[in-house]
Amino acid sequence: MSYIPHTEAERQQMLDAIGTPTLDDLFEAVPASHRFPTLDLPQAMSEMDILTEMQALSEANDHAGDFAIFRGAGAYHHFVPSVVNHILLRGEFYTAYTPYQPEVSQGTLQAIYEYQSMMCQLTGMDAANASHYDGATSLAEAATVALEVGRHKRRRIILSAGIHPQYREVLKTYHQWGGLDITGDESVRSAADLADLINDQTAMVAVAYPNYFGQLEDIRLLAERTHQAGALLVVVANPIALALLKSPGELGADIVVGEGQPLGIPLSYGGPYLGFFACREDYVRRIAGRIVGETLDQDGKRAFVMTLRPREQDIRRERASSNICTKQGLMALAATVYLSVMGKNGLRHAAELCYHRAHYAADRIDDLLGYEVVRDLPFFNEFVVRCARPVAEINAVLSARGIIGGVDLTPHYPHLADHMLLCVTEMNRKSEIDALVDALREARHG
Amino acid sequence: MADTPLIYDLSVPGRSAANLPALDVPEAPLPDEFARGPLDLPEVSELQVVRHFVGLSQKNFAIDRNLYPLGSCTMKYNPKINEDAARLPGFAHLHPLTDDAGAQGAQALMFTLQSWLAEIAGFAAVSLAPAAGAQGEFAGILMIRAYHRDRGDERRTKILVPNSAHGTNPATVTMAGLHAVELPSNADGNVDLDALRAACDDTVAGMMITVPSTLGLFDENILEIIRLVHECGGLMYMDGANMNSLLGIVKPGELGFDVMHYNLHKTFSTPHGGGGPGCGAVGVNEKLVDYLPGPVIRIVDEGAQGQPPLYGQVMPMRSIGRLKSFHGNFGMHVRAYAYIRAYGGDGLRAVSQHAVLNANYVRARLHDVYTVPYDRTCAHEFVIEGHWDTAPGLHALDISKRLMDYDIHPPTNYFPLIVPEALLIEPTETEDKATLDGFIDVMRRIASEAQTEPELLREAPHHTPVRRVDEVRAAKQLMLCCRPAPDWQTVGVETAS
Repeated sequence: MSYIPHTEAERQQMLDAIGTPTLDDLFEAVPASHRFPTLDLPQAMSEMDILTEMQALSEANDHAGDFAIFRGAGAYHHFVPSVVNHILLRGEFYTAYTPYQPEVSQGTLQAIYEYQSMMCQLTGMDAANASHYDGATSLAEAATVALEVGRHKRRRIILSAGIHPQYREVLKTYHQWGGLDITGDESVRSAADLADLINDQTAMVAVAYPNYFGQLEDIRLLAERTHQAGALLVVVANPIALALLKSPGELGADIVVGEGQPLGIPLSYGGPYLGFFACREDYVRRIAGRIVGETLDQDGKRAFVMTLRPREQDIRRERASSNICTKQGLMALAATVYLSVMGKNGLRHAAELCYHRAHYAADRIDDLLGYEVVRDLPFFNEFVVRCARPVAEINAVLSARGIIGGVDLTPHYPHLADHMLLCVTEMNRKSEIDALVDALREARHG
Repeated sequence: MADTPLIYDLSVPGRSAANLPALDVPEAPLPDEFARGPLDLPEVSELQVVRHFVGLSQKNFAIDRNLYPLGSCTMKYNPKINEDAARLPGFAHLHPLTDDAGAQGAQALMFTLQSWLAEIAGFAAVSLAPAAGAQGEFAGILMIRAYHRDRGDERRTKILVPNSAHGTNPATVTMAGLHAVELPSNADGNVDLDALRAACDDTVAGMMITVPSTLGLFDENILEIIRLVHECGGLMYMDGANMNSLLGIVKPGELGFDVMHYNLHKTFSTPHGGGGPGCGAVGVNEKLVDYLPGPVIRIVDEGAQGQPPLYGQVMPMRSIGRLKSFHGNFGMHVRAYAYIRAYGGDGLRAVSQHAVLNANYVRARLHDVYTVPYDRTCAHEFVIEGHWDTAPGLHALDISKRLMDYDIHPPTNYFPLIVPEALLIEPTETEDKATLDGFIDVMRRIASEAQTEPELLREAPHHTPVRRVDEVRAAKQLMLCCRPAPDWQTVGVETAS
């Protein structure tokens, strides 16, 4: 029966050993009035039929196998080298649990240590944890750290509207009962205007780099003003962009968080992804989540182990600052393998392909009648285009030509009606960009 | 086994495993003020990467290797077809912001999984949004708090939590800004009803309880507990971590629970991945349907006769909000769907029956050599005390470490907290009798070694990639990465002029 190995004879031997006549007798502690309900579920299915059904369901989606994707906005279609998936499919990795027992978990532990090291390097931070659920929850957890650092006396959180709208929503979900003064994102503001909101009640200022619109803002002055006020600067970063861009650490960030999905993790309709979280040394003991450290075993051999455990919920219980228990372990492994394959030069090359192709696309689109690229700031691989028609209508035309166009900015940014956020990665060849330009030209007229 | 060098130690300048296309468009200049200096990532070949990570994998214990009886974690077999299904291009390469019309396959799957999970646990509705059990708990407590607020019942600030609870329960309560009040257990391992009665008043927002408990016991008074809490106006939260013993056995919603989280990575076979990703879907009864975290998938248009309905994402009317970006850990939804499909309703009941059979079989064959503090029919797991009066100085941890020498993963150590030297054993239904007999033999042998050669336990493990590690050193001399950032202050951060 599926994955249950028992034969009738074994079942009987086991019941005899227990001294119970039937399987049902094992459940006498369950209230008889509610015991053994009917489960109205479909009949069991063969493996062959399951695969057929799954194939049908999967093909009822507009996916990257059939469409050229120019949509990003927090989830990115990047190239994933074959090696990544082959390593993830090692049963020794994916069927293991949280590495509580270091003697038999050195594989997971060392991989996380390497992940932490690579994330420190990318972000310019001193320490990284083993990950949070995704970029949005990493930001929410960063706010928790900032509030703790401010001893819960500082209640103001300043958020740039250039942070992904869903990240801001998640932060507000997490902290809805905190009595906080969350401000800054009522409208799109420059870094300088955000700085004007800082007061002595401010625990954290958070900006995105690049921001939701793909733009690069100079945050150094904002960092200075934040620190002068005794608050923390949290930067939400795109890890691929960091191969090309000055690290947030160098720009003055105290905590760097973000979505690690671009690092070798498939789109998978939004998850599982990888929330990376890195910080300056001063804050290591206040952060949530698993952290792996290097140590020695009793024979003096190098070993890795989860450390700073007393911060965590299973030990600290109601005094813990977060209830997080799992991390995105396997996704952190994917990022580690990806970054190893790409290496120093490969990651930079991928980032350059994104950057140059996005600029090529922007230049060509800007030349089209009825489209104008917003160019008030430099951008990485996403950019905003003002369109002469509603974005939904344009996307319908693109879709008919096998192209998934950009995100419509209207719902989250009413002042950007008829503005589309386009994304270009190394997956979009020049020929694909040219096809997009042709389709946009056609879409202008409907 | 030799030290595995760090991937960084294999690095040779100029080497690369990346094989990307050449640039096919003109170069665009990058403003100097944003251009980064060197990026220190490893420079290695593809074969080096493969050998490195395969080498690391061989230092891991895993379900695919041998028995992993880690109590409260449900380390059952993770079917391979689930992995194949999640990697189908139509799922793996589907952008989360695809218009609903272009994601009908994914949404149909999510809608169906929501309804199956609701049926399995007897709830009115399910949200798949939470990324993990802990997030499901957080969602549950936020919903309970919002429910009372909307009824103008703001005095309710207490959540009752039995002392056998997972640590996530009290931590969750604090995160939601409420106060956890711990309840004692009685000598039978049930919640102490007198203590519960005394705690029930109009400041109780609700109670969080694991069923069966973390002792592996069905609380014999569960209906009375639920009645008492409801009577004082509180709501009942069930921690569904132990659902593996309840499939087709009892529906928590029918017992009277108002909200519960499921661990798809425990009960529904999605892999643990070395500590995530998981999925902590939440189910609720009618009282809380409008408060579910979103988005949830609903039918937005029934469709013409013979046509499939149109699914869409909906934010419930009074939703506690969004818990993560996009729609939860979709890859886990695919795996759980395939798993439920393989079993059907009767098959799922068999899952729980055999999970409970296996646990009771092991208990029955160990209770003469180990103290079983609550020695009655257990659910899918049971707890033993890992010490003997006749072997002073030996601890549960020593038994755990000695099991590693026999290539068996230790049970959960020192949890639940209310049992001294606890070892929580959960075999799961996918283990066959011979494997269990092997485990029983090893456990009995260790019990005998404890009498005759206690140093074998005390010094264990002997044959693992590393031996006992110095955790104090790790915490005191913090080494969290091999490539720390420079001190930006001393290298001179350029300041904007």
